[in-house]
Amino acid sequence: MDQIEITLNGQTRTVSGVLPHTTLLGWLRSQGLTGSKEGCAEGECGACAVLLSRPTEDGGARLESVNGCLLLLAGLHGQEVTTVEGLGSPLALHPVQHELAVRGGSQCGYCTPGFVVSMTAEYYRPEREASEHGNGFELDSIHGNLCRCTGYRPIRDAAQALGQPAEGDRIAERLTRPASPPQPTALATAEGEFHRPETLAYALELLSRHPEARVLAGGTDWGVDVNLKHARAAVTVAVEHLPELGTLEWTPGVLELGAGLSLSELERRLAGQVPLLHEWFPQFASRLIRNRATLGGNLGTASPIGDSPPVLLALGASVLLVSGQGEREVLLDRYFTGYRQTVRRPGELIRTVRIPLPLAPVTGFYKIAKRPLDDISSVAVAFAMSLHGGLITDVKIGLGGVAATPIRAHETEAALLGKPWTASSVREAARVLKTEGTPQDDHRASAAYRAAMLEQTLLKFFAEQAGAEVTA
Amino acid sequence: MTSLHERPAVGAVGEAIPHESAALHVTGAALYTDDLGVKMTGLLHAWPLQAGHAHARLIRLDTAPALNVPGVVRVLTAADVPGVNDAGVKGDEPLLFGENGPSEVMFHGQAVCWVLAETEDAARLGAEAVVAEYEALPATLTLREAVEQESFQGSRPTLRRGDVAAGLAQSEHVFRGEFECGGQEHFYLETNAALAHTDEAGQMFIQSSTQHPSETQEIVSHVLGLPAHAVTVQCLRMGGGFGGKEMQPHGYAAIAALGATLTRRPVRLRLNRTQDLTMTGKRHPYLARWTVGFGADGKLLALEAELYSDGGWSLDLSEPVMARTLCHIENAYFIPHVRVRGTVCRTHKTSQTAFRGFGGPQGMLIMEDILGRCAPRLGLAPEELRRRNFYAPGQTTPYGQPVKDADRILTVWDTLLTSSDYAARQAEIGAFNAAHPHRKRGLAVTPVKFGISFNLTSYNQAGALIHVYKDGSVLINHGGTEMGQGLHTKMLQVAATALGVPLSTVRLAPTRTDKVPNTSATAASSGADLNGGAVRNACEQIRARLAAVAAGRLGVHPDDVRFEAGRVFAPGHPDHALDFAKLVHHAYMERTQLWAAGFYRTPGLHWDREAMQGEPFKYFAYGASVSEVEVDGFSGVYSLRRVDILHDVGDSLSPLIDLGQIEGGFVQGAGWLTLEDLRWDTTDGKGRGRLATSSASTYKLPSFGEMPEVFNTSLLERATETGVVYGSKAVGEPPLMLAISVREALRAAVSAFGPPGRSVELASPATPEAVFWALDAARQTNPAQAVAADD
Repeated sequence: MDQIEITLNGQTRTVSGVLPHTTLLGWLRSQGLTGSKEGCAEGECGACAVLLSRPTEDGGARLESVNGCLLLLAGLHGQEVTTVEGLGSPLALHPVQHELAVRGGSQCGYCTPGFVVSMTAEYYRPEREASEHGNGFELDSIHGNLCRCTGYRPIRDAAQALGQPAEGDRIAERLTRPASPPQPTALATAEGEFHRPETLAYALELLSRHPEARVLAGGTDWGVDVNLKHARAAVTVAVEHLPELGTLEWTPGVLELGAGLSLSELERRLAGQVPLLHEWFPQFASRLIRNRATLGGNLGTASPIGDSPPVLLALGASVLLVSGQGEREVLLDRYFTGYRQTVRRPGELIRTVRIPLPLAPVTGFYKIAKRPLDDISSVAVAFAMSLHGGLITDVKIGLGGVAATPIRAHETEAALLGKPWTASSVREAARVLKTEGTPQDDHRASAAYRAAMLEQTLLKFFAEQAGAEVTA
Repeated sequence: MTSLHERPAVGAVGEAIPHESAALHVTGAALYTDDLGVKMTGLLHAWPLQAGHAHARLIRLDTAPALNVPGVVRVLTAADVPGVNDAGVKGDEPLLFGENGPSEVMFHGQAVCWVLAETEDAARLGAEAVVAEYEALPATLTLREAVEQESFQGSRPTLRRGDVAAGLAQSEHVFRGEFECGGQEHFYLETNAALAHTDEAGQMFIQSSTQHPSETQEIVSHVLGLPAHAVTVQCLRMGGGFGGKEMQPHGYAAIAALGATLTRRPVRLRLNRTQDLTMTGKRHPYLARWTVGFGADGKLLALEAELYSDGGWSLDLSEPVMARTLCHIENAYFIPHVRVRGTVCRTHKTSQTAFRGFGGPQGMLIMEDILGRCAPRLGLAPEELRRRNFYAPGQTTPYGQPVKDADRILTVWDTLLTSSDYAARQAEIGAFNAAHPHRKRGLAVTPVKFGISFNLTSYNQAGALIHVYKDGSVLINHGGTEMGQGLHTKMLQVAATALGVPLSTVRLAPTRTDKVPNTSATAASSGADLNGGAVRNACEQIRARLAAVAAGRLGVHPDDVRFEAGRVFAPGHPDHALDFAKLVHHAYMERTQLWAAGFYRTPGLHWDREAMQGEPFKYFAYGASVSEVEVDGFSGVYSLRRVDILHDVGDSLSPLIDLGQIEGGFVQGAGWLTLEDLRWDTTDGKGRGRLATSSASTYKLPSFGEMPEVFNTSLLERATETGVVYGSKAVGEPPLMLAISVREALRAAVSAFGPPGRSVELASPATPEAVFWALDAARQTNPAQAVAADD
């Protein structure tokens, strides 16, 4: 095939000559739809936000805001995209546009289309319900949009002033009908190949044929490399749509999470049943990113400052790897082998992440960053612990940002295991935790601060769990 | 004619209206410089080759390989420049390198040459193909290195009053200290961009995201060797400026213009975020070494200080920035004996430039840091120490300017302390802190006094060109640029008020150098004061001519003709009114000139920059803020719980716009002081001089989470500023410094982790890490050591 089909602001268009590294944002702007802006080209500012329609279980559709700068156009075959231009016009403003405009929500206006888009997704979120506390608008939905002018207060007020979509609202009406999921794609171009294979078997076949292929499971990391490092791949294979990577299953001994599920979807479907993940989701990047990012992607890129490994290490998770030769399960503790290196072989895919059940009852996640929201961890620490009769009977601690890979704090775990959950044993173990890993100095934090934070998070975990007072 | 500050009973000024482009912003229909080239045919894209050394000699530049890259059309080097190969006005910013051109690379990321190609990708690949060889030279990076090596640039002015030695000798308490604050990246959401093409007669037309179109025009003219009348610069709007587009855009506009001249094709240049971060200037970091003397009553007696700013590789605006620092070092406080010298350091980094406040914030921060550190050592609450030292009416600044409306400082202060419930909350916080070992809250209040006008007197002028068409519709041209601050909205309100017409009949044309020439930068918060004066002046000329026409028809003296809401009538007879459009038509038939050029220059200013004496400011803007923070003792992470602001904007021209400037300025200031952290590679390795925080993922600006949970902002009432258009005051910069209260609240919270009476030192920016180390030090302090003796 040499063309894709995309529904843009309600019109279905055939696009020819699609190259595998052209971003949706770049293409939109080349089409004269310049409302979407490039502010950073790495999914940090949200000025490029657009809406993707995703099919829902009940046969309708939901709007998800995503970073247009990180999405590859080639990956959108069959899908429906709405940009700021598709929502309203200066003489017929959409309610979201109206509230932002009249409340002083725009100054220079450059970030504004992105805010409009993120707010629109939240405006139509099916679960949003007004109550005595307000209109149900979750501000978390716009945390991935940066504004340098307003200081955000008028934007917050605009969000909180929104009502429900009116009777006959064109977009609400559209969302009652199904959206098309991404369609199988195979593009061969002068710049390389792009595949969205129809089946897992075909995906594995492609990977065995092209072991060097770039695998995308959401692509929020690859988009950054494409834009900022000008990385190019001869073969790109998108896999997050594959049904085998989309499972979410509770069995007596294991919770199995599809590696291709977006974090937003996981968050929605787990609905707080894994408290540690529930605490962790909002601290992972922004809604714009979580709508695309997957566990498979986060574990696949294997960054030492990725935020899922500490949590999954604490949960004792393993990954299920699949290839043409079959499947194998690897404990996450054994998965990372070096800086961005893992045991995953060329041609292997992460199919699911397995979390053993029952879950440890006492958990906590601590992310230390310069900015509390939507920043990269200086240090991330996750605890999962079981207590029996006041003694620590099981404990796992996952660490990020303190070594070339995410690590388990084995020595600290050993220092805690079998000990009473008291201030003195915690204080002693915190001193051990301070020495785990090999923290480095960089622009995010000093090595000394990172080490101090290891110690302090255990003290904080204890203080929060026990309500007791501990000082170093 | 009424005086400049008076406003009619009916008129659009003072109405709380949204930004004039709000409907375009929210629909994505508003166009910015880089949106304009999309549909142009034959458009070329420019991409720089950036040097990978902080300081080096370029020993070979071979551009031939770039031309072999498909799509590459041309490589611009020094040999291509027909005029002056310089991007600035000081002659120290070479634009292009190459044969017979400059060879000394002065910072990591400096553009050496630019590649033009059919696509951006081709231009980038072309730049990668250029062969450049360098001989590395030693680089000076930090302020401390520069001071040690005496790597200075420009003049070293000293602000003097009284006799500092005598003042210190009389002082009951003398303290010495050092303070260093970081810079700040503007991070306007729209990066620098320019789009250039030539017309049939060889006239250059450049659309540029610039705060200073006239200077962009001047630089393009000298680079191309053309007279100014052959170069037109237009700025539709900017996606944020904050001072970062006052000087910095010129070179990029010149590259696009040079490319368009040589290729006869339109050329687009847009920096991506990393290029913008690594190539353009930022707020100046400062290092201060000070000695301060207080009387037994806590009154400031003397201040002696050496200030060093990090100017980066070239002078740019560093001298006037330092002048404003010296003029704001005392903030709102009277100090009888002062000697403060300012030195601009040369380092091998981006050339630091204007940024909202223009050196004022650093000066005020140094003083507020001194007071915050000294208060416990004087045994005074910080707010009491501050209050005791406010200017009183009749006092003058160290540079000899009477402090106009000095009583407003106390009015603002006391009103705010009451409205923010300061005393009661301070008591609540004391109780909270006593009950919470791991979390401490802090409350602080700080004042702002900020001088309005360009220090350089000649910049304080502006022009406007107003057209009234035969149908009664009005078109405004003025010299100011729109960067989100709402200047155009205010100008529409001023024109509608001055002509007595509804806002809906007034439109604004894009800012262009061929409409209003020789403009000053839209900077120094002065946009509305200066351009508003010029717009009003032009409108009043037209109205006077229309009044003469109306007078005959209404049977009154021209001076008595009323213009209100599009109706023209005699006093007391609004029911017998002429329609404005009809009157315009009559006037046209009677051959009346229906357009006018307006001009305004701020009266009464003078400034001797050698002596650092004079009256550089028309007036002062005042404000104060109360911030409350909560700090987590385990991590140093904090939250901003509540902010209360009372700010003086005179009689607001546009309250919704002014509110936005105050809140936005505050949050931007809080970002500078608590979060935004520019880091350069200062190791001796290969990356020395590289900006380590060169993207949005490493340079963090305030996001939603940094907004205060409770944010109360009020405008000072009964604040008419005489001598300024419709009684208003400038608002762009002053609110940024309100954020100093966040830092002082953090100091208060940190202090609560330690024994009482201990002086707390806090790094700037006060990141969670910095706060953690400060509170850790406080926790480790033995109560007995808390109260240190005077130095």
